[in-house]
Amino acid sequence: MILQTKAVSKRFGGLMALSQVTLDLPEGEILGLIGPNGAGKTTLFNVINGVFPPEAGRVIFLGRDVTGRRPYHLAGMGLSRTHQIVQPLTELTVRENVMVGACYGRERLGLGPARRRADETLDFVGLGARRDQLAGSLNVAEKKRLELARALAAGPRLLLLDEVLAGLNATEIAALVQTVAEIRRRGVTIIMIEHVMHAVMNVSDRIIVLDYGEQIAEGSPEEVSKDPRVIEAYLGDPNLAARLAGSAG
Amino acid sequence: MNRILHPGLWVALGLPALVGAWPLLTGSPANRELVFTILLSVTLASSLNILLGYTGYVNFGHIVFFGLGGYIGFYLMSAHSASLYLAMAAGGLGAGLLGLLLGRAILRLRGAYFALATIGVNEAARAFVNNFKPFGGPIGMSLNFQVFSEYGGATDALWLVYRLMLLLTLSVILVSFAVKTSRFGLGLRAIRENEDAAEVMGVVAPSAKSWAYTLSAIFPGIAGVLFFFKNGNVEPIDAFRLHTSIEVIVMVMLGGAGTVFGPILGAGVYQRLRGLLLVSPVFKNIQLAVAGALLLVIILFVPAGVVGWLRHRFPFLRRVLE
Repeated sequence: MILQTKAVSKRFGGLMALSQVTLDLPEGEILGLIGPNGAGKTTLFNVINGVFPPEAGRVIFLGRDVTGRRPYHLAGMGLSRTHQIVQPLTELTVRENVMVGACYGRERLGLGPARRRADETLDFVGLGARRDQLAGSLNVAEKKRLELARALAAGPRLLLLDEVLAGLNATEIAALVQTVAEIRRRGVTIIMIEHVMHAVMNVSDRIIVLDYGEQIAEGSPEEVSKDPRVIEAYLGDPNLAARLAGSAG
Repeated sequence: MNRILHPGLWVALGLPALVGAWPLLTGSPANRELVFTILLSVTLASSLNILLGYTGYVNFGHIVFFGLGGYIGFYLMSAHSASLYLAMAAGGLGAGLLGLLLGRAILRLRGAYFALATIGVNEAARAFVNNFKPFGGPIGMSLNFQVFSEYGGATDALWLVYRLMLLLTLSVILVSFAVKTSRFGLGLRAIRENEDAAEVMGVVAPSAKSWAYTLSAIFPGIAGVLFFFKNGNVEPIDAFRLHTSIEVIVMVMLGGAGTVFGPILGAGVYQRLRGLLLVSPVFKNIQLAVAGALLLVIILFVPAGVVGWLRHRFPFLRRVLE
């Protein structure tokens, strides 16, 4: 197992954002994390990569207990992530943004190799032509890809993708899904939070569904989409439930 | 890419070296005093820039390192007859150590809270020295005129201090350039842009910030020793002037925070302006108000400073203005 969470709970005031979330992630898998808005998906990412510690439970990464370790410890061990709300380093160039990932991630590259890695990675995500622009001048779709490039340049073992497809059009989604599959082929384990159902259902080996901080279902995309509790959780949006059932069926 | 050959480095070193050579060539003490003040400002501004410009932390207490370094060196020279060189080393180390300890304590604060804490540090340091008997309390300390004879008399000693000041200025510029173009500097700039995102990417922000603070503290510490040695006496009131800290911030912002050349240009221009204001009958009493107004105008209209604006407006200048 590359990552395990054991009964992880996180509370914000009176709100139980995560309760007793337990998951096992074998190396090389793509795990889809879905659930309605406010289900605690991003909170789970934040607990896994150390943005804040859980109230209870353990996080085990690469066989080591990393509960409560800071994000830079985890980044150094080979955990990279993207942010749902993009966090570009606006006054640095696109290339410099990606170099930060390469310099301070798992491989701790020097400036020269980091620059080459940044250029390769930017070409891979299709931002090569923008490398000398300031990151603040990119549009939202480009900033999403920049997030991905920064995370990839670190040479991660495990990649947490937080809604990288949101706000993209159908062509861009298809291209980025290809990219995600290609990243896995290169040996990177992935957890992806996604609302674009057909995409996450197609690319994931396994799906975990969160609702109000609880794991309500887990299994193959097919199993999950037929689970009555999942359909119920999405009932606020019947169309979504229908699409969910349709895309895997 | 070979950093040593970067034209930006040679422009940044060349201008201060030329200006600094002028008094040495003319041999004029008046020129020497004028340029000494400018070199001191360049040293203070360039060292502050490591924290303010590269790391994005506003420090209102930069002058603490100048005062405390000066006091440590002065104490060693007057009470223990230490040489000027030993005093410089001790002043730099003492200031650096204070930076390291303070950094651990207050760099966990962000934004306005950090800035407020640095004002507190300045006032605390002054209060401490005011009441610290070995440092002479509120009266301060004076050097016996005799010590200058070790350096060939008072005249030669002043020239020696000047040459050391020039050397210190060129060193701080070299360090500033090295930091900016290094992997460490990339981490600092990531912290400046978004500290949380930088940590997620693996930048160990607490230690990077502490080292930036320490590095920016060492040079004013050494400069303080030179300044007070030249003065012959040191008092709390001269060593911990809060408004000098603010003037140094103005210099950095005027030239361009986060650039290597900006603080050099800003310090030179500000010192010349200050000199003109001080001899003008209208402005001589409100010279600091002009500094305040200048800071306001810069922040409102050219937040990138002169060099930052030029780099943005004329991209071809980026090759020569780092």
